[in-house]
Amino acid sequence: MRILTRAKPAESAVIVSTESEATPSYIAVDIQDALIEARDLSIWYGKKQAIHTVNLKIPRHQVTAIIGPSGCGKSTVLRSINRMNDLIPYCRTQGQMIVDGEDAYGPNVDPVLLRRKIGLIFQKPNPFPKNVYENIAFGVKLHYQATKEEIDDVVTSALQQANLWDEVSARLDESALSLSGGQQQRLCIARALAVEPDILLMDEPCSALDPVATAKIEDLIFELKKDMTIVIVTHNMQQAARVAEFTAFMYLGRLVEFDRTRDLFERPHEELTENYITGRFG
Amino acid sequence: MIPRSRRQRRAKELIFVGLFLVSIAVALATVVILLGSVVATALPALRPSVVFNFASFSDPNRAGYAAAIVGTLWIVGLTLLFSLPLGIAAGVYLEEYAPRNRFTRLLEASVSNLAGVPSVVFGLIGLAVFVRAFGLGFTVIAASLTLTILVFPYVVITAQEAVRAVPQSIRDGAVALGSTKWQAIRRQVLPAGTPGLLTASILAASRAMGEAAPLIVISSVPMLRFLPDGPNSPFSVLPVQIFAYVSQPAGFQGVAAAGVLILLLLLITFNSVAIVVRNRMQRRRW
Repeated sequence: MRILTRAKPAESAVIVSTESEATPSYIAVDIQDALIEARDLSIWYGKKQAIHTVNLKIPRHQVTAIIGPSGCGKSTVLRSINRMNDLIPYCRTQGQMIVDGEDAYGPNVDPVLLRRKIGLIFQKPNPFPKNVYENIAFGVKLHYQATKEEIDDVVTSALQQANLWDEVSARLDESALSLSGGQQQRLCIARALAVEPDILLMDEPCSALDPVATAKIEDLIFELKKDMTIVIVTHNMQQAARVAEFTAFMYLGRLVEFDRTRDLFERPHEELTENYITGRFG
Repeated sequence: MIPRSRRQRRAKELIFVGLFLVSIAVALATVVILLGSVVATALPALRPSVVFNFASFSDPNRAGYAAAIVGTLWIVGLTLLFSLPLGIAAGVYLEEYAPRNRFTRLLEASVSNLAGVPSVVFGLIGLAVFVRAFGLGFTVIAASLTLTILVFPYVVITAQEAVRAVPQSIRDGAVALGSTKWQAIRRQVLPAGTPGLLTASILAASRAMGEAAPLIVISSVPMLRFLPDGPNSPFSVLPVQIFAYVSQPAGFQGVAAAGVLILLLLLITFNSVAIVVRNRMQRRRW
């Protein structure tokens, strides 16, 4: 079952990497049914290269965590999946990001449609400065001409899915900014669920939350993964161990190691990984 | 190291706070003296006829501002109608869409410079372009268009600031849900920036209401004997009317001062509405 492959430096002719010595990553499991696959992905912010030829497969209907110290590029990789990096001036991407069989950076891809299928939860909860109802209804109205009843239904079910309905059903017309931080973050998740994404990207979704709110988000991840593929970037290794089936460790813009979460934490193959998870740096 | 004297430091603190208070007092005194003298001069002339009568240069007791008040309302209203959409659109473009390059910076610098151009110059442009070239004549619409280009730079700059003040996370949140850039701006950024956009309208209205010079150039008529009734009507406005009374014999000084009070009152009424709306919206912030 366990296939040990060292990913070779970019040798395929698809995209030629400008990086002469691509560091090999230790890929301990080869994902057969990958929904997302980065192929020789390199990303630059201006002249500074943030991501160096990353090759990463992310399995369907599982939770995959990306861990690594600050500035290692984990958020950048995450945001290239739904092309949020497009919003950053002078950000340049090379290589492929295959999502459901198609290159997200291909010529026929409309990033607006792509993002609809790939929800993104931000580090700091960012509800719109409107009431709770409007926060959820916004996404629906973007994509559908819906009646009031139809929108009501979506709002209710999205809030239920995000385990928030019981707390806010009586205050749908209150400002979303009056909710607690944890509630705001679940509102943002509900907002993403309302447009029915296949993939949910989470960029350190709990780093601004207290432990109780964090536990609620993690419970939510367990429920959501039945229906969707989740990729979570986290600083918190315990969190990765709790929620993710697979974990990728990144360092200085390179993918160092990818494995089943338990194996990565118990038997890391790379010295860098071991040093990081044992807290020797990071 | 020699320790600094505590007494010296405290003395310096007092001296500077004192200086700041004096500066404030100068500003405050100016306003009080100005308002006081205006009110004192206007008091004997304050009677309903000042508001409801047409202009008269023979009898100060029958002289009024009826045509000028209505003219000012028409022109300020139309100026806002033209300048706000135009200025906000330009501000949104510069802030959200324009590429960050030398040309954009040049464009922004030109807009700022436009704000520094003497207003008479806009009057001359209005005379050449709107009155003559467009053949609009000396009308309400020509005056409104002239004032529109005059307040345009203020609206653009204020709108840019309003849009810039909306956190990037709001745009990111909308775009991550699959909105287009325009949907994010229209549905989230502009509503969130409304308080700032109201500031733009306050600035535009204040500026347009008080301008006399450019409207003298395009012939505000101080002797208008009827109420301006539409865009194609000849017009008279308060500042020009006030100016006309000031240059009359001594008996008209009270009438002129009363006109200043009317102008101030109009300005305060409009601005306080905008300020109340703005403050109410600002209470719920991100």
